[in-house]
Amino acid sequence: MDSRAKNPVSYTLDSTLESVNMAEQKAFEIATRWGFGEDAQHHIAMAVREAAVNAVLHGNAYDPHKKFSIAYRMTPEALEITITDQGKGLDLRTIPDPLAPQNIMKASGRGIFLIRSFMDEVRIRNLDPGTEITLIKHIGREATKSKEEQK
Amino acid sequence: MTLKSNTREVDGITIVDLNGRITLGEGSELLRDTVRDLVGKGRNRILLNLGDVTYIDSSGIGELVSAYTSVQKQGGELKLLNLTKKVHDLLQITKLYTVFDIKDDEAVAVQSFAK
Repeated sequence: MDSRAKNPVSYTLDSTLESVNMAEQKAFEIATRWGFGEDAQHHIAMAVREAAVNAVLHGNAYDPHKKFSIAYRMTPEALEITITDQGKGLDLRTIPDPLAPQNIMKASGRGIFLIRSFMDEVRIRNLDPGTEITLIKHIGREATKSKEEQK
Repeated sequence: MTLKSNTREVDGITIVDLNGRITLGEGSELLRDTVRDLVGKGRNRILLNLGDVTYIDSSGIGELVSAYTSVQKQGGELKLLNLTKKVHDLLQITKLYTVFDIKDDEAVAVQSFAK
């Protein structure tokens, strides 16, 4: 893994769709710069995009007075990305399972599911107000997986 | 890259060639408007060509599902053509791969619609 520029990175964004696109692009750049493979770059960027959409759309509800922040931290074991909004908070009990037969054909409700699918660990904390979601991608798991697939 | 669409007719089937990203905002809206316009004109046998769709987010998946159900409600059929690996994987993990009728050959896809 590239040893350059692994200092923590954080920034604050407005509650807009442009910010969502910017967050996704930045996540892709950081995942690339910090040495993740092509699939992991895509998964990290997509997970950040979904978390940013939740922050802007469901959390801050496009309120121009509310911001959301994204912080990246690289540990020897993993990349940790924390996204925090200033919304009313997320009640995990109200999120339906998008794979349940009665939900398969619903037009929404897949964001958190995709985040969990693409990252190794996901932690969600209700800040009252606001929601903090931490996305974790382990280093080396992808390489191990690739080796297993080649067997 | 924003989404672009081009619509053409082959043997009575409307093929919508999509190019770009189907994501929350413009991409999802364009797909919604395109399908709504076609259904409004009675063109409800639709093949969405996703061969040049580079990326779909959860909102885009939702829009595909909405398009599928709205066309079905009108007695029509909506099928998908030429999935990229990323889109294929996305439909697999969301268990939608078996819901949609997915083809990888345009001529075969066109012939597969009910006569």
